[in-house]
Amino acid sequence: MTATTDHVPSVAEFDFDPFSHEFLSDPYPFHEQIREGGPVVRLRQYDIWATARHEQVFAALTDPETYCSGAGVGLTDFRKEKPWRPPSLLLEADPPNHTQVRDVMSTVLSSRAIRALRETFTAKADELVDQLVARGRFDAVRDLADVFPLRVFPDAIGLPEEGRENLMPYGNMAFNGFGPRNDLFDAAMADAARVTEWIMFCCRRENLAPGGLGRDVWAAVDRGEITDQQAPLLVRSLLSAGVDTTVYGLGNALVALASHPDEWSKVREKPALAKLAFEEAIRFESPVQTFFRTTARDVDLGGVRLGEGEKILLFLGAANRDPHKWEDPARFDVTRKAAGHVGFGFGIHGCVGQQMARLEGDVVLTALAKRARTLELTAEPSLKLNNTLRGFSSAPVEVG
Amino acid sequence: MSTLTEEFTPRGRTHEPDFQAVVQEKGNVSDGVVTLLLAHAAGDDLPQWQPGSHVDMVLEDGLVRQYSLCGDPADRSVYRVGVLRERAGRGGSDFVHDRLQVGDRVHLRGPRNHFVLQPSASYLFVAGGIGITPILPMVAEAQRNGADWKLLYGGRSRDSMAFLDRLAEYGDRVDVRPEDEHGLLDLDAFLAGHSAGDLVYCCGPEPLLRAMEWACSDLPRETLQVERFAPKDAIHADDDTGFEVYLQASDLTVAVGPDQSILERVEDAGIPVLSSCQEGTCGTCETDVVEGDLAHRDSVLTEADRASGETMMICVSRCKGKRLVLDL
Repeated sequence: MTATTDHVPSVAEFDFDPFSHEFLSDPYPFHEQIREGGPVVRLRQYDIWATARHEQVFAALTDPETYCSGAGVGLTDFRKEKPWRPPSLLLEADPPNHTQVRDVMSTVLSSRAIRALRETFTAKADELVDQLVARGRFDAVRDLADVFPLRVFPDAIGLPEEGRENLMPYGNMAFNGFGPRNDLFDAAMADAARVTEWIMFCCRRENLAPGGLGRDVWAAVDRGEITDQQAPLLVRSLLSAGVDTTVYGLGNALVALASHPDEWSKVREKPALAKLAFEEAIRFESPVQTFFRTTARDVDLGGVRLGEGEKILLFLGAANRDPHKWEDPARFDVTRKAAGHVGFGFGIHGCVGQQMARLEGDVVLTALAKRARTLELTAEPSLKLNNTLRGFSSAPVEVG
Repeated sequence: MSTLTEEFTPRGRTHEPDFQAVVQEKGNVSDGVVTLLLAHAAGDDLPQWQPGSHVDMVLEDGLVRQYSLCGDPADRSVYRVGVLRERAGRGGSDFVHDRLQVGDRVHLRGPRNHFVLQPSASYLFVAGGIGITPILPMVAEAQRNGADWKLLYGGRSRDSMAFLDRLAEYGDRVDVRPEDEHGLLDLDAFLAGHSAGDLVYCCGPEPLLRAMEWACSDLPRETLQVERFAPKDAIHADDDTGFEVYLQASDLTVAVGPDQSILERVEDAGIPVLSSCQEGTCGTCETDVVEGDLAHRDSVLTEADRASGETMMICVSRCKGKRLVLDL
C-alpha cells in the first residue's frame, strides 16, 4: 500500500487483481484490506477506483445521476470500447431512457405477478424436496440449487421446452462479461454463438408462450409503452439475470444453513424464518459480488476526489460485511435484520426481479424446513468461479 | 439498567423510560379482574406519573399491552394496574391472569399520558368496567384538590366491578350502577347535573364512549375527554392516527402509535418480516391485508392495487380507521 497517487495524496492503492482466481476464491480478506485502506481506494491492475464500505457503496447506488450506468456496469467503458453484446436497455442505461423501461419491467415483475406464481413454485419445491429428502443424501447445489430455478423460471417466462440448457451458460457469459477479458470470460464465451442464438430466438414474441412473463413484456409494446425494438432486449434481461443469480443464491443459502446447524434449527423450528434466512444468505454470501459505475462528473466520495468519467468498482459483497454497518458481519444469523444489504443493489437499478428471487428462496427453504430435521454438509463445498458471481458448484449434504 | 426509548408525541420527541419491573403482588379484586403491583426491578424509584397515565407492558410473547396506572402517584415504589380477563381475548389478559406470577419480570415502557386530568373546580367522571382504572387516581386527585366531582360507575354486575371498596370512602359522590341491577347507564340524567366549566372524563368500552360522545355533543368541545380501551386489549388512541393491528396468522395484536410504523411494531412482536428501503419504494415489505381501511403511502402499488385493498407496504402505509387485520 502506497501513500501517494497522481490523483489524490494518501489514497490507498492495491496491486492485486480483483478478478483473479486467488481473489475470487476467497475475497473476504481482500475486502477487509480494501475497507481498511479507506472509503475509496485505487486498484492499479485496472486503474480504477473501488470501494468496499457500505456507506460509499450505498451512496453510489443511490446517486445514479452521478454514478451512472450508461457507460456500462462492468469494467468496459462503453464510451471507449465496444461491449461484448448490445448494451442492456435496463441495466446499462440512465434516466430518462432507463425510466420508461424500468417501469415496464417493474410491472411485468410486480408483486402481484410474482404472487400469482407462488402456488406453482411451492408445488414444484415440495415435489423436488420430497424426492431429495427421501434420498437422505444429495448435493444441495447440483440436485437442488441448480435444478429448482430451471423447473420454475423458464415456464414462468414462457420459454420453449427445447434449448433450456442454454440459459445457465448465457447468464454465465453475462456475469463474466462484467469483468475483464480473462480466462473465466474466455471459457464462458466458448459456445457464445450457439447460446446467444437460442436466447435471441426466445426473445421473439411468437416464441414466448401466452400467459408468461415474456409475453407481458410484449404486451407493453401493444400498449405503446415500449417499441418492438426494445422488447426483445428486455426479455433478454430477464433471461440474463433471472437464472444464474437465483441458482447461486439458493446454493449459497443452502450451504450457509448446512454449515450453521444452530441456524438451521431455528428455521426448522419456525419455517416462517425461511425468507429471513434467504435474505441473510444474500447478505452473508452475496451471489452478485460487484458492479461498476462510471462518474458522470467530478465528485467527492468519502473525502476522495473522483474525476469525471472514471470507473468505480462497488464491492456489494464487501459492503454486506462491513463492520461499520453490521454487528458481527461474518456471523450468519437468520434472525438478523438484514434490511439495508445491497445484495440486490438499491435504488433505481435495484434488482427488478428480487421478489421472484425471494419467492424461490422462500419456497425451497420452507419446503426443506418442513421436511428435514437436520441439514449437514458431508464434504467441503466446491466453489464455482465467475468474475461477478460468488457461489458453489457442489455441496454434498445429508438430511435427517 | 434503564435505557431510554423515544416516544413521539404531538409536541415532539420526548424520551421515555424503558425498564424491567418485577411483580410484587397479584390479587383478584373482582370477578375477572386482577391487579398487579409492580416494582422497579433494580430497586429504583419508578418514574413519576399523573392520573390518566398508562404504561406499555411487554409480555413474554413479545406483544405489547397498555395498562392504566390506577394507584397513588405519590407512591414511587410501586405501580398498580388492573387487568380484565377478556373472554374473547388474544392471550394477553389470559397470560396475566394465569401465567404471570409474583417475582416474574415484566418489561415496562413509559409511563405516558394521553388522558391528562386538567385543573378544574368541578368534574363529572364516567367509568365502565375496567375503564375505572385511569379514573380511580383521577377521583383521588380531584378529592385532594377539593374539587367538586361525581362518578358514575357501571359494569356487568357488582361482582365484576373492581375497586368498589376503595370507592366506598367517597360516599355518595360515587354512584355504582351495575347493569344487572339498573340496566344501561342513564348518561343524560347524569349529565343533566353538568354546569358550565365542568370537565367530563370517561373511560370504558367503545359503546359507552360513543354514547358519551353523543350525550355530550351539545356541550362545549373540550368538555369531554375520553380514553379508549380496545375491546380485547388496553390500546389507547394516541390521536386519531393510532390504531391496532391484528396479525391473523400469528394470532397477535399490536398497537401502532401515530409515529410508529406497522413494520417496526410487527418486528417488535418478533414476527419475521422482510424490509429493505423503509420508505415505500422497493416493495420488499408488501403484506397481505385481510381487513381494514388503508392509507397507502408507498410508491409501488398501482391505483388498481391500492383500490383492491389486498396488500400494503407496512413500512410506510397506515390504517385510516382503528383496526387492521394482516396476514402475518
